[in-house]
This record gives sequence, structure tokens and C-alpha cells, in this order.
Amino acid sequence: MGLFILRRLGVMLLTALCLTFIVFWLTNLQPNLEKLAKTQGNARMSDEAVETWLGNRGYTRNVFVKYGEWLGVLPGYVIEGTDGETRGRCANNSTITEDTATFCGVLQGDWGYSTVFRDEVSSILGERGWQTAKLMFFVMLVMVPGALIIGVLAGMKEGSRTDRSLSTVSILSTATPEYVSGVVFIAVFATATFNMQWFKGTATSAMDNITFENFTLPVLTVALYGMGYIARMTRASMTEVMTAQYIRTARLKGVSFRNIVLRHALRNALIAPFTVIMLQFPWLLNGVVIVETLFNYKGFGWTLVQAAGNNDIEMLLGVSVVSVFVVLATQLISDIGYVFLNPRIRIS
Amino acid sequence: MEALTWTGSLGSTLGPVMIIAFAVFVLAVVGNFVAAFATSTQQVTAAGGAVVVPWRWSDKTSFFELAIPAIAVGLVLYAIEAFTADPTLSAWLAELGLPGWLNTTITALVFLLMGGFFAYLLQRAPAALFEWLIRWSFIVIVGVIVAFIFFSQFAGYGNAGIVGEMAKQFLPVWLALILTFTLSIIFKRRLGLYGKLFDSVIGMIGFGLVMFWVFTAVFVGIFDLVGTHDPLAQISGLKNQPPGVPMPEGEAGFAHYLLGGDNLARDIFSRMVEGSVIVMMIAPLATLFAFMVGITLGLPAGYYGGRLDTFLSFLANLILAFPVILLFYLLVTPEIIATGLPNYMAMVLFIFPLVFFGVLIHSRYRNQPSKDYLILAIVLVPLLMLYLSVINQQGSPIDFWPFDFFDIPGGILVVFVSVVFVNSPTVFRIVRGLALDIKTRDYVAAAQTRGERPWYIMLWEILPNARGPLIVDFCLRIGYTTILLGTLGFFGLGLPPESPDWGSTINEGRKLLLIYAHPALPPAIALLSLVLGLNLLADGLREESLKD
Repeated sequence: MGLFILRRLGVMLLTALCLTFIVFWLTNLQPNLEKLAKTQGNARMSDEAVETWLGNRGYTRNVFVKYGEWLGVLPGYVIEGTDGETRGRCANNSTITEDTATFCGVLQGDWGYSTVFRDEVSSILGERGWQTAKLMFFVMLVMVPGALIIGVLAGMKEGSRTDRSLSTVSILSTATPEYVSGVVFIAVFATATFNMQWFKGTATSAMDNITFENFTLPVLTVALYGMGYIARMTRASMTEVMTAQYIRTARLKGVSFRNIVLRHALRNALIAPFTVIMLQFPWLLNGVVIVETLFNYKGFGWTLVQAAGNNDIEMLLGVSVVSVFVVLATQLISDIGYVFLNPRIRIS
Repeated sequence: MEALTWTGSLGSTLGPVMIIAFAVFVLAVVGNFVAAFATSTQQVTAAGGAVVVPWRWSDKTSFFELAIPAIAVGLVLYAIEAFTADPTLSAWLAELGLPGWLNTTITALVFLLMGGFFAYLLQRAPAALFEWLIRWSFIVIVGVIVAFIFFSQFAGYGNAGIVGEMAKQFLPVWLALILTFTLSIIFKRRLGLYGKLFDSVIGMIGFGLVMFWVFTAVFVGIFDLVGTHDPLAQISGLKNQPPGVPMPEGEAGFAHYLLGGDNLARDIFSRMVEGSVIVMMIAPLATLFAFMVGITLGLPAGYYGGRLDTFLSFLANLILAFPVILLFYLLVTPEIIATGLPNYMAMVLFIFPLVFFGVLIHSRYRNQPSKDYLILAIVLVPLLMLYLSVINQQGSPIDFWPFDFFDIPGGILVVFVSVVFVNSPTVFRIVRGLALDIKTRDYVAAAQTRGERPWYIMLWEILPNARGPLIVDFCLRIGYTTILLGTLGFFGLGLPPESPDWGSTINEGRKLLLIYAHPALPPAIALLSLVLGLNLLADGLREESLKD
């Protein structure tokens, strides 16, 4: 078990390194840097001016060196610019002083400076991440029990009409991407079109003060898309368990149907959905980006869109590190959880 | 010209039938569900004997067994009342002049009581009644829709309202659908898995929805039929106008904007049907390419295992660990397109079909060189020409091939490449899993003993036996690709902003969604219906392929 986790951690680290390098390389391609220079400096800069601007801030060097600096394994640059100013990476592009650190990368805890939000990346990530964590929490609160109930009810008796109608419902929910359900929800429940103006169409006010009125639609929108998939997995696992030998034994023994479902079947049927729920996190991340853009809720996904739209290199890298770690960590948890939950694997 | 209503005079006769049938359908579905849940707890205790246990207020029936259905049914009834144009109960209560809270309480109580009554009835009624009600109300609903479409074809202009005029515009699509279904049902026993699809209702509904959009795309894209206006034409005065708005005096062409005008005064209906062309052009083809890539890499990974498998799986997991939207933002920006990166990726990804077909043919006819080379030449030469024409884009970094037959519009190529790139790792994993499973079968061992080459075994023994799950996944994946295309459009990536594809139109519409809801809804519903159709089709296929 220990070796297994260690190996998984190693692969995780390697994946994270590769992914961040790809992001780093893509954001550091020449056209992207030119765009950055023009948005940060002056929109009407000449090509030479762009070159000097980038050169003075260390952007024109080898991509591996830059990546090493960002990571914190190479010393940060100190460049005496053509305009006579000395800029140091570790001093936020101002003159270096005695107590400026030599290394300043992610390993040292320095995530860099966001050029769009004009703030430290780490503080933005913390703040926006907290907003998204709140959203995710409520999404899970709605999605997981809903999906499990639908899946268990449908899988209790395979082929019954309950099963078929619930399966159709879950197909409908997997066929509705967030930007469709979000738009439909807003049109129906937040505008006067159908006379049912019950909720708010934006969630901006939910950042400080979550109410039923401003948070229902975003939560529902994200939860709905994932719900169908988890429900179908739960149904599949439930039907499999219900045909097992020990369920037949329990039936013959005269255990009531309710007790069979609740005591005997449910616990074993919930092992597979656990892994699925964990693997849903990366998908939820997508949904969160769409929903936060649609409902104008300034969280992690909204930050991603802003950073990507403006080629904010260090912000984007921060965002991708966090999302990649969320994805990989949930994969790890799902693997470990599967081993722990399944007695057959645990005991052997 | 007057503005059109939704269903015109035809709707006033068919409308009430529809509402009643729909209400009965919803109630019967809920009732059936409740009844099934209530009886299932007692079924087993009855020792396999009588299934229908009459409901009675005894210690066995808990409070919740009545309360939950009562609330559920009450909510459904309330929703029906809220949706109808003139709510009877609340209007009547409002006339009495009672205070607001009392009004609400009375409404809630009445509906709860009605719900309780229905729940009581539901638990006493035999399950067969609900089956009957569901079946017949469903048939009535479908019948009313068909009748509406049929009669509106003969109604004078405007008599059947907006829906009727749309039904008229879709006439070629209806005819094509009728033809397809008639032929398929007549010959269904001779058509293999496709024919079996017509044994399942779900599968037929899914197939109908999918074919509706396929035919729409064909008639719009090739014959320029269904649409009423030019999807890019702007007519002043129709900006953000509601559905059914008449054209201003003196404008030629179709007399109304059937689904209203968008933010730039373009016809929403025409843009919606035009959008289907773009989706139908990209989604199936991109999925096919993703399958080629996934199969060509997944089969050896599963079959050989070892280092190759570890390496390819690592790459696939690497791409899968990326949040899709971040990847899109990194690949589909004008700056990245300027570097030519998507063109290089196209060069790599589009070579896979060539490799696939080359290996497929060569592994089969390896021992008959003359036949081998002939078939290889027939298949590969046109494919190679096509490949070079596709990757060779004027003005892009790859521009060397003199016989460039056509240029794909820049945006479409980029979108295509990124969608293939995102989809192929998942296909890879599925194919790898299937190959791992199938390679332990006896017929593979037999082929190995016979001395067949590994690629022959992979492509001619394993692949045909994996076709069932792959066909089902292909349908699902087209739906997923459609969703991805919509996502790209939703963030305004790739395709030009005036493009009528559904994602871009939803993106356009959402900006003013809280003020004008009508521009965003038609493309959203179109996308939903197509993806739903594909999912139902996949479900029907899965069910039918499992039967034998």
C-alpha cells in the first residue's frame, strides 16, 4: 500500500511538472509575449520597443531557464535594462536590495505577480479558491445525495418502469451541458418571460452573502450535469449487487425488501459510485468555469477565464497548478478509497 | 402585417387536448413512480404471492408514505397551474381581496389537499392503470403534435401561428424523416443492429431527433431550404424584437421573423437552422478522427502492454488532467494560431487515418502483394491528396504543396483540431481497456497459434469484436463533441463571432439574457435536443445489442 501511494505520488509529480511546463511554454510563445507587452506597456509600441520591454523583464531568454526560475530551482534574474534600471525577478521588477532572495519560485512559496489583477497570485488564488470552494460544497450537497437516491431507486429493480423513467431523467441531465441549463434556468426563473421570477440571474451578491435566491440557480446548473452520470453509475452498480447470491439468500430467508436494500445491498453498491464521484471533480471544474462566467460569480473559474484571456502568465500557471493538483489528488483519493472500501482488496 | 401568435387559430382547437394529455401524462408518471415505490416495500413480504396490496391506514403505512407523494403531486399540480396562461385559483382568490399571506396559505393548503387526495388514489390504484394512462396519454401527445404539423401544412399563412410556420419550413425534413422511418421499419429484419433499433421506443425517439437535425443540416447546407432569411442579414428595426414580429413595410422576402430578432437584428430562426450545418460538419467527423487516433494507439497499448502502454497511458492521462477550458484557451487564441501550432497538430493528428487504413489493408493482404499494393494505392493515394490539401493552408507556416485543392476556413480547422485532441485520450483509454479484455479470448490465442502477425490480430480479430461498445460510445461521443463545440462557442473561441453555430449564438444571447431571454433559448434547445437524441440513440443501441 505504501509503495503504491509512493509510486502514485511520483507519477503525480511528473504529470504536474509536464503540465505546468506545457502551460509555461504555450504562454511564453512569441505572439503571446508581444500581446502581453502591448497590454502591460503601451498598445502602440513599435516592434523594437516591444523587444526591449520584454528583454528588460527577462522574457526573451530560454524557456527552460525561465521555467526553472518560476519553479525556484534556478536563481531569479537580475537584468540591467537598456533604460538604465536594474530589475530583479525576486524584487518584483524593481531594484534589488540586500535582503532580496536569490531563488523565488513556487518551491519557495512565491507564486509570482498577476499582471491583470495587479496582486500576488497566491492571495488571489486563496480568495477566489475560497469562493469556488463554497460553490463546490453546495454543488456536492445537492448532487451527491440526489444522484445516489436516483441511482439506487432505479437500480433496485432493473427494467421496472421506475427504472426506465429515472434512467431517462438521468440521460436528460447528462445531455444538458451547463451553458444550456444555465441559460434555460435564467430565462425561466430569473426573467419575466414565464412569470416565474423566483431567483436571481446573477450570483455576484452571493460572494459575500449566500442566499437561497442568488445561489440556487448556479448550484443547480452545475449539479444537474454531473448528477445524471453518477446516477447511472450508481444504478449500474446497484443492479449488479441486486443480482448477487447473498441478496438472493436474504430474500429466501424472508428479509423485507426495504431491509435488503438498506442493509445488504446499499453498502456494497456505493463502492463504485465513490470512485466516480471523486473522478467527477475535474468535470466539475469545467462546469464551475462556465457557471461562474454565466452568473458572474468571481471565483476560480472566472479567474481562469480572465487570466487566459489576457495571457497573465503567472496567474495562469498558478491556476493550472491548482487545478492539476485537484485532478490528481482526487484520482489518488479515489484509488485509495476504492482499496479501503472494498473488503476483498483490503484484506488480501 | 400583424405579429404572429404562437399557435394561431389551429392551436385553439388542439391546445386544450394537448394540455390535458400532458397533465395526465405527468400525473401518471408521478403516480406510477409513487405506486411502484409504495408497493415494492410490501411485495417481498407477501411471499411472492399477491402483488397489489390495498392501501389502508394502519401501523404499517408510515406518515411519510402518504406525505411525500402528497407534496410531490401537489407541487406538480401547482406547477401546472402556474404554467397555464390564466391561473384560475389564484385569480379567484385575488378577487376576494384577502391579505397576501392568507392567499398563499390557502393556495398551498388546497394544493396539498389535492395532492393528498391524488396520492391516496394513486396508492389504491393498480399499477396497470398507470401503465395504460402513460401509454395512451403519450400516444395522444404524439398524435396531437403530428396532427398539428400535418394540418399546419394546409393552413393559410399565419393561421397556424409561429409553430405552424416553422412546421411548414421544415416540410422537406418531415418528408425525409417519414421516408427513412417507413423504409427502415419495413426492412428492419434485414438491417442488422440498425434494424433492431426500431424495436425500442427510446432508440426510435433518439434516432428521430438525430435524423431531424441531420436532415435539417443537409437541406439548409446543400439546398438552402429551411431557413427564412439570410443568417447574417440585419434588418433595421427588428433588433431584439420578440418572436413572430412582422417585417417592416417594404422589405422583401419572408413576412416575419419567426423566433424574433437578435441583438444585431438578425433572424434567430434562420441562424438556429444554419447552426446545425456547422455542428453536423464538425462533430461527427471530429469524433471519427478521434476514434482513428484512439484506435491506432489504444490497440497496441492494450495488446503489447509494457513500456509502450505505460508511456501512452501517461500521455493520455496528461491530456486528461488538463481542464478542458484551459486547454482551449491555450490552443485557440489568435496569438497561438499565428504561431501555426494548430497546423502542426493537424499535421500529426490527421496522419492517423492514413496509418490506420494503411495498416488495416496491409495486415490483411500481406501475402498477396499484387492485390495488397493495388488496394493500398486505391485507398491511400486519394487519402494522401486529401491529407495534404487539408494540412496545407495558404498563409500558414505549412504552405509547400502546389496542388492545394481547398482551404478550410481558419477557425474551423483550429476548432476541429482541438476537439479531436481533447477527445482522443478518452477513446484511447476505452480501446485499450477493450483490447486488454479481448486479448485473453480463445480466438486470439488461436490466431496467435496460427502464426498471425500482431497487427492482423489487433485490427482483424480484436477490433471487430470490440465494435459493440465502440459504436455505442461513438454515438455518445458525437454528443460530447457537440457539447465541446458549444463550450468553445460559449467562450467566443475559434469560430468568428458572427458565425451562426449554437455555442456562439448562446454566447451572444447570454449577454442580454436578463433583458431579452428569447435570442439565447432556441440555440440552447436545439443543442439540447441533438445531444439528447444522440444519448437516447446510444442507449437504444446498447439495449438492443445486449439482447443477443
